[in-house]
Amino acid sequence: MPTTRRQFLNLAGSVTVAGTIPIVTLRPLEATPAMLTAAIRNVVGEAPVRTGKVKLDIPPLVENGNTVPLTVSVASPMTANDYVKSIHVFNEKNPQPNIGNFHLGPSSGRAQISTRIRLADTQKVVAIARLSDDTFWQVTTEIVVTLAACTEEMN
Amino acid sequence: MAALINVPAKARRGEIVEIRTLTSHIMETGFRHTADGALVPRDIITSFTCRYNGTEIFRADLFPAIAANPYLSFFTVAKESGKFEFEWIGDNGYLSSASASITVE
Repeated sequence: MPTTRRQFLNLAGSVTVAGTIPIVTLRPLEATPAMLTAAIRNVVGEAPVRTGKVKLDIPPLVENGNTVPLTVSVASPMTANDYVKSIHVFNEKNPQPNIGNFHLGPSSGRAQISTRIRLADTQKVVAIARLSDDTFWQVTTEIVVTLAACTEEMN
Repeated sequence: MAALINVPAKARRGEIVEIRTLTSHIMETGFRHTADGALVPRDIITSFTCRYNGTEIFRADLFPAIAANPYLSFFTVAKESGKFEFEWIGDNGYLSSASASITVE
């Protein structure tokens, strides 16, 4: 009996599906929310962290977690008595909760930094600013990542 | 190592200028494995410093979560003509520096 078109397509379809199953190596390497909290406590100590003043510019949907543009800005006049001392960026699910610490001063003029980061998974990114009066302000953003970074195999 | 520095050549006194730096570095996270399961050792830049006529105006501690070929942009007030010096320090004794000059009118 000659193969019907329907049989052929069924067969071809199933082969394609099987062929595209991605080879995923799962690793238990992942910072936990507890590690994130610990990393934040390391920086702020016992001080309360309030929400506000800080703005995090990062794409909400990221195709490639290997380079994600990130800009953090803080609403501050940046004068000699009222300025941003430092900006700290954290993540929730990379192998390590820290992303970077950026130290500024009144001579910065504008409290804004940009860099490019890696994200291993769909997760939260937290930016915390320390002002000259030693108060801490934060912002949290959720980011969806389709291609993870950091722990992939090296070829 | 090669670094790309973007600093305005001229600025008015008191103007806020943006400084952008890009340096070439693999920023190996230390969390990746080869196909046969061996851990690839960490090799990252851990610290970046910018000095303006000898005074530190910006410093950053970097972690494996910074993408390869670290890009950093920040601001400073143009106070006087002079030189910006940039320094990258990393694992395995990595040290790289660059400089750029600015004329303030």
